[in-house]
Amino acid sequence: MTQNLRVKSSEFIDETNRISFKFDGKTYYGFKGDTLASALIANNVHLVGRSFKYHRPRGIMTSGSEEPNAIVQVNPNSNITEPNARATEIEIYEGLEASSQNCWPSVNFDIGGINNFLAPLFPAGFYYKTFMWPKSFWEKYEFFIRHSAGLGKSPNTRDPDIYDHRNIHCDVLVVGAGISGILAAKNSAKNNFKTLLLDEKNELGGSTIFEANEYNKINHNLASEWLKKEINELKNIKNLEIKTRTSVAAYHQYNYLLARENLTDHLDKKNKKNKIRQRLLKIRAKKVILATGALERPLIFNNNDRPGIMLSSAVKKYSNFYGVACGTKNIFFTNNDSAYESALSLHNKGIKVEAIIDIRENSDAKIIKKINDAGIKIYWAYSIVDTRGYKRISSVSIMKLSNDGTSVTGSKISISCDCLGIAGGWTPAVHLYTQSGSKLTFNEERKIFIPKTDTKEQISVGSCGGDFELDEIITNLNYKLKNFLNINKTDFEDITLENDHETSKRNIWLLPSDQTIGKTKPFVDYQNDATAKDIKLALREGFRSIEHVKRYTTTGMGTDQGKLGNMHALGIIADTAGVKMGELGTTTFRPPYTPLTFGTIVGRNVGEFFDVFRRTPMNDWHIKNKAKFENVGQWKRSWYYPKEGETMHQAVQRESKAARKSAGILDASTLGKIDIQGSDASEFLNRVYTNAWSKLAIGRCRYGLMLNEDGMVYDDGVTTRLGENHYIMTTTTGGAANVLGKLEDYLQTEWPELDVYLTSVTDHFATASLCGPNSKKILNKIIPDLDLSDDKFPHMSFKEVLIDKIKCRIMRISFTGELSYEINAPASYGEAIWQKCIEAGKEFNITPYGTETMHLLRAEKGFIIVGQDTDGTMTPIDLQMDWIVSKKKYDFIGKRSLYRSDTMKENRKQLVGLLTEDPNIVLEEGAQIVSELNQKPVEMLGHVTSSYFSPNLNKSIALAVVKDGKNMMGRKLFVPMENKNISVTVANTVFYDERNERLNA
Amino acid sequence: MFLINCPYCGERDQQEFKAGGEAHIERPKQPTELSDDEWAEYLFMRKNIKGVQFERWNHAHGCRKWFNMARDTSNDEIKAIYKMGEKPPTQ
Ligand SMILES: [Zn+2]
Repeated sequence: MTQNLRVKSSEFIDETNRISFKFDGKTYYGFKGDTLASALIANNVHLVGRSFKYHRPRGIMTSGSEEPNAIVQVNPNSNITEPNARATEIEIYEGLEASSQNCWPSVNFDIGGINNFLAPLFPAGFYYKTFMWPKSFWEKYEFFIRHSAGLGKSPNTRDPDIYDHRNIHCDVLVVGAGISGILAAKNSAKNNFKTLLLDEKNELGGSTIFEANEYNKINHNLASEWLKKEINELKNIKNLEIKTRTSVAAYHQYNYLLARENLTDHLDKKNKKNKIRQRLLKIRAKKVILATGALERPLIFNNNDRPGIMLSSAVKKYSNFYGVACGTKNIFFTNNDSAYESALSLHNKGIKVEAIIDIRENSDAKIIKKINDAGIKIYWAYSIVDTRGYKRISSVSIMKLSNDGTSVTGSKISISCDCLGIAGGWTPAVHLYTQSGSKLTFNEERKIFIPKTDTKEQISVGSCGGDFELDEIITNLNYKLKNFLNINKTDFEDITLENDHETSKRNIWLLPSDQTIGKTKPFVDYQNDATAKDIKLALREGFRSIEHVKRYTTTGMGTDQGKLGNMHALGIIADTAGVKMGELGTTTFRPPYTPLTFGTIVGRNVGEFFDVFRRTPMNDWHIKNKAKFENVGQWKRSWYYPKEGETMHQAVQRESKAARKSAGILDASTLGKIDIQGSDASEFLNRVYTNAWSKLAIGRCRYGLMLNEDGMVYDDGVTTRLGENHYIMTTTTGGAANVLGKLEDYLQTEWPELDVYLTSVTDHFATASLCGPNSKKILNKIIPDLDLSDDKFPHMSFKEVLIDKIKCRIMRISFTGELSYEINAPASYGEAIWQKCIEAGKEFNITPYGTETMHLLRAEKGFIIVGQDTDGTMTPIDLQMDWIVSKKKYDFIGKRSLYRSDTMKENRKQLVGLLTEDPNIVLEEGAQIVSELNQKPVEMLGHVTSSYFSPNLNKSIALAVVKDGKNMMGRKLFVPMENKNISVTVANTVFYDERNERLNA
Repeated sequence: MFLINCPYCGERDQQEFKAGGEAHIERPKQPTELSDDEWAEYLFMRKNIKGVQFERWNHAHGCRKWFNMARDTSNDEIKAIYKMGEKPPTQ
């Protein structure tokens, strides 16, 4: 069955290196240098997929990254399979396996194919119209869509490959290594610019390299021969780095580009091992030269999507570059001279060309004579009105075009074929250009969008700049390069050029058929199965903006972003709506130009490198003692320390009791610490905290509350006065970086006159917080000569001491309500000091506790946690912390906002305590609170912010924010849950030791 | 991704910087003297214009200095960068 269509050995294919690969389970052979597409075509396989909506058979259409149809699943039977790869870009290697996507059960028998006959049911906007209503049916629709939509199969295990990132800074970046890119890069590097040349293909030379048009000559040689010599010279040029298989995905502002360098995809399995698969290049270039070429346009006619219908330039590339015939009976259909060159290439290799159908009246290009000499029949002013062949094109029907191009006349001629090359002209590949933010302009005569402006930082050269013929490409390139690089001469300005000129032009966006449009299928977007009919329907339904039509018809929304058909869509809209294309504008091309795998985007930042995390100096001790950890911002904090067989609840209950009965110890190293110095330090604190700081004595500590300028609580913590002009501020663990940023902001921008210096010292100190009635005895064992009496070392004061010659700061402050000391040691001695406390505390059963117990203990005391009991909408007044807001101070951050009508409102949500009627029921944090059970809709009064079972009170306690909560003391409210309503009573926020007697116990 | 010329460090990638909203909004010296409306004007009202906008930026992962930037929001062209306390360029 399979036929070898290899016609001629090619210099780009290594025929001594035979490679076997599998497609849809069947083994085929190709050669090193083949793409999956060229190897399949060589084996006479054209049917490679099914279309998205109608499940029509589809074949390979192009030879590059613009391919809409030949989208395959690589390694389909592996759990690291990769979907949506383009067969035209995959270089084959020994052991490659690939399969068709979007067809079930098989590409040859496809159940969804019935959609093709149901086509009237699938008009434009079908998905919007059908699947939006009724909403309750969505699950059924989703099943249908997912099952029949060809999105490929995603891998289901971790990607085992290695990806990498690299930053590159260069003077000149050249994107695209066709003739323009090569000459640009060469001349840039020769003039001492550090130059980087990138191309997505594995070979340099673009489309010129397989050019065989004897009318296009440089220095009397074929352009391809001349270019090969130029490429050879590149090796000896300094300052030039060349990367092939490298596709530029995105072009951002300020010449920042992202490119994917493909390093191992073309290697066989053995050679892929332990190598970086792809590398994301992050390029910052001083100047960028875009030489991205042009994409050939298809022609839009009835049934223009059958396997075997390909771009004319692709037919030429398969024959000239890969040495493969796309068919044995070829026809070309064209509106320009380029198809003649393709036809002649085939003819010269002995591949039969049946006919050329040209919608133009004539052409006086020199190449026409060659075609006539070859005996190939040309049908002038004819159009294809239909095609036949289900899994492969078998014939075309042609008719004479009317003068105005809107209808066909005369009798129908049928010509049999197995390949149809279509040539609809060229679209400059301006995708990267527009991504950079630059604007396009439309050339009405040539029907192309071209870059509007070159700048000092960016130019477009060659066909992406709108120059298609050899002489204009070289002449304009020479001129532009000299200006752009500010050089006097290029090394190619004296070459002699000869080329054929195209003089005859005719463009018809939608070619007419003898049937009404309703009965035809002229595809505009192959990947999304959008036809010209859908576009016209969208216009009839009132859509006008190109962006709306695009979304409604899904034109241009596939993985190929409609690289082939976008221009036709625009043209059809313009023609139908009677406007000029230039006025219509174009859709936005968004990055990436071709899809990227997630692996490439994340590079090395996977697993433990996904985000940095911070560990305290006592971390090893926590691990040894079986702590469970919790993430707090970037920190790994001890959460609780379960003993053999203990649940989290049991551990926390035990820890909480121990801390109040005897002694507990907490690693508080993660609290933010900011060292504040300067002659205006006191004044500064006055301005950033709500309470007064000027009178704080040296050696004393004070709790402070910091607001945002809008009056809402932002952070809190204890600040200690170490000296006349020296303070150390503590912040919440999660807020440390933001608080420092905010303070620096005020200092630099609002109060530059203040003499204050801020230094983050969070990582410099380790903090062990000793707490409980026996903590004094433990500390006394550690520092026997320090007087710990309440007179000499009272609550809210600080001492600097030596422990084993290590200078430590001890603050007597408490977040649990118990007698408590925070020992701050230099970070590198953190574990030693911690160990010392544990040793000294042994006889008192000192119990290490984690963040969960800390939260419970402070909730028993009604101490807030910023970020848990507050959410950026709570003022200190809402928190019932009026006592900390100075009435005397003229100003502090957020003060004025506390007197806004909204913040002074009586019935704002306020922080209260909640006690459950059944003391064993623990409320869920986040649960809603209501006062009525039978009211509908019921008013939500607030929600639970903190909730625990208190072992010290032997009952459930909670903090909550409740509307007008201040005036609700003792009121009964409800917390409705899924299957029960929980009765609660509003209470004081302080549940334990209301008179603070234990601080001095 | 902008390339920002920090007035203290030179050209650095945008990743090192943090944007800080509209520039030249001075915190009132005597907030208590202001009406609710006047205070709200300072607190909440910000311009969002198409064209040249004056913004505060902070070299957060660098020198941590705040500075001002005049940026054309329509094409992200940075027209000028100047230090805190300096007047915005007139052109
Ligand atoms: Zn800086």
